[in-house]
Amino acid sequence: MIELENVAYSYGGGALLSDVSVSLGAGSFHFLTGPSGAGKTTLLKLCYGALTPASGRVTAFGEDMSSLERDGIALLRRRIGVVHQDCQFLDHLNVSENILLPLAAAGRQTSDAAEDLQELMAWVGLGHREGALPPELSGGERQRAALARAVIMSPDVVLADEPTGNVDWEMSQRLLHLLVELNRMGKTVLIATHDLSLIRAAKAQVQARVLRIANGQLQLAGADL
Amino acid sequence: MSLPEDILMLVRGDTRSDQVVPPSEFTARLTVFAAAAMGFLAVFALALTLAADRLADSWGDGLARTSTVRISAPAAQMPALQATALSILETTAGVEAVRALNAEDQQALLEPWFGAGLDLTTLPLPGLIEITEATSGFDAQGLQLRLEAEVPGAVLDDHNQWRAPLVASAQRLRSVGWFSALLLGLTAAAMVTLAANASLAANAQVIRVLRLVGATDRYIAQAFIRRFTLRVLLGAFGGAAVAMVFVRVLPPAADMAGFLSGIGFEGAEWLLPAIIPLLMAAVAFLATRYAAHRALREIA
Repeated sequence: MIELENVAYSYGGGALLSDVSVSLGAGSFHFLTGPSGAGKTTLLKLCYGALTPASGRVTAFGEDMSSLERDGIALLRRRIGVVHQDCQFLDHLNVSENILLPLAAAGRQTSDAAEDLQELMAWVGLGHREGALPPELSGGERQRAALARAVIMSPDVVLADEPTGNVDWEMSQRLLHLLVELNRMGKTVLIATHDLSLIRAAKAQVQARVLRIANGQLQLAGADL
Repeated sequence: MSLPEDILMLVRGDTRSDQVVPPSEFTARLTVFAAAAMGFLAVFALALTLAADRLADSWGDGLARTSTVRISAPAAQMPALQATALSILETTAGVEAVRALNAEDQQALLEPWFGAGLDLTTLPLPGLIEITEATSGFDAQGLQLRLEAEVPGAVLDDHNQWRAPLVASAQRLRSVGWFSALLLGLTAAAMVTLAANASLAANAQVIRVLRLVGATDRYIAQAFIRRFTLRVLLGAFGGAAVAMVFVRVLPPAADMAGFLSGIGFEGAEWLLPAIIPLLMAAVAFLATRYAAHRALREIA
């Protein structure tokens, strides 16, 4: 699905990632861990084309991202759902409108998706918060709304950047459960987190590969948790 | 991304796309107000241009091919001198018609300055003969020499001498009018570009979110293009409508017989101001499109 080959990325004159190679196969579940500032978010951004590597190659669904124009990358992103730690909502739109945003951007009729939206809202436990504005949501609700927006287009890959960073343990378990469910539906999932307890908790639910970034290098931290 | 496709999207509209950029009341009001002011001024620039156009035509065509012979002599000698002058003129090559102005004609000429009921016998008025030239024209210098020799006190007044600078002035005034219209168009483009740039910069986070969810540049740009185009169209339409009311209540040229009172529209010309809001909207469309795509390249 997504493949990084000998990717290097520099930031502020220093090499943040060097010679990183990883392959996210269809239906796989990955954790990406490492200390703060190690380059987890950078690696995720390289995966969905928000950043361009200094060298090496990023391939998504068989297409070399460096050969794509901005609109080509935009089309590719419709197959990759992204959950940011800070969620990135449009605060003047309500939760439903934010969740439907990928459909609107793809030129689809959002009115046709009313039923899907209801199901999705119920799935993430936000059925009662449809009309709320993002600033009115709690941290956990924001993360679940961001997850709903990430999957509304039924993407093949879900990338989550510290999805449990701002929520309590109970909520992080709930989010993890949703991500595991997505993986069981056949989605490829990559979660960037520094929370090792989350990775341990996932052990009972899913077979996952744990990748660790340290000193700009990517290492396999533990197979088949 | 092609211009026709962008125009189609503008006309078709997309309420979802319109909503993705947060409303900004202050910028919106300023843009509408500036567009209204420019629409207002553009209508007056157009009216000025058309008035100058009419004036240039009037001075150019109305007085073209006419000259006057002025005879200064005691009243007793005037009929004989006029008759001599008329016979000279009638035999001059290039003269199509001649007509001696009678007392009523002279009264009509002087009425705007002295009012009606003037007793012409109290004024030492010269005798006037109006000449209409044939298309081939006549030899003004030769005619003047003949008149000087045979009609003492006769002066050939060739209208071209004073008509040419007036026509040139009217033509320059017309050019000023068109230049003003061009300046207004460029100012509108600059204003919209600045406002669109400010809006794009203020909404950089919105653009990042839209990119994150897979929005193409065209989708993002349309949200801004439609917004600014419609604001300018609305403002320019209002400004132009108010200006047309002002132009309508200006005194008509016939009442004042002056150039300034002649500023306005005649007949089908009243339809021309309707084009101004459309032109300004087109300028806004192109300016926002340029600003949006440039900003999207930079944000990328």
